[in-house]
Amino acid sequence: MSLRTPLGVALGRGSAKSGVHHWWVQRVSAIALLPLTAWLLVSLIQLPLADHAAVASWIGHGWNPVLLCVLVLVMAWHSQLGVQVVLEDYVHHHLLKTLSLLASSFFHVLVAAGGVYAVLRIAFRSP
Amino acid sequence: MRAPPLSPHLSAYRFAYTMALSFGHRISGLFLALGLPVLVWWLMAAAGDESAYAQVANVLSGWFGRLLLLGWLGAFLLHFCNGIRHLFWDAGLGFERHQARRSALIVVVTVALAFIVCAWLLFFGGGAP
Repeated sequence: MSLRTPLGVALGRGSAKSGVHHWWVQRVSAIALLPLTAWLLVSLIQLPLADHAAVASWIGHGWNPVLLCVLVLVMAWHSQLGVQVVLEDYVHHHLLKTLSLLASSFFHVLVAAGGVYAVLRIAFRSP
Repeated sequence: MRAPPLSPHLSAYRFAYTMALSFGHRISGLFLALGLPVLVWWLMAAAGDESAYAQVANVLSGWFGRLLLLGWLGAFLLHFCNGIRHLFWDAGLGFERHQARRSALIVVVTVALAFIVCAWLLFFGGGAP
């Protein structure tokens, strides 16, 4: 039997809150991505992808730009969380781990901002 | 303080085919992350003029572009189907060994069929580049 108090055993292991939050957001974003990505795949199959005018008018049509912005943001978020876990698990060198996590965060913010910007540019041009 | 627990050491386990799906989920996820900038590149080109879009469509419809797109299609279908399997586990369902093996089989068969259908529709059905 250990003489250490339960508090002593628990301390220094990190918060019991942010880890659960990370896990939970990854699941919530996964559930959101099921209908969103299925919609994108079905739409891409139906679109004449070589035709610029048809593609641009589909992106700007009705609720499509809203769904596309949400899709890009949730995808980037889900990807950020997933890549973070893989880097934390498999990159053991402390400096490399920090740098790769930093690079991954910047990459995902850039992707999210770029995707939303492109969709909005098309949406605000088409009536 | 004792060292915190590490992730499973891959070499410590006897190989079971359900493990392949477990690696596959991570690898397909990483590969899909690499597809994000290509999706944004395509959206940016669509926001640009005719010639900018034609350039991107040209690259993506070349043999290497198509190979990458097929890779992303397969990775997406695998991550999608196996992700649903993970969500069932998160809900506390299907943990028994025979259930996990059966769901792995369902995932593999579904992904293979969906891949063939989607690839055929994307590249040979109608308006693909």
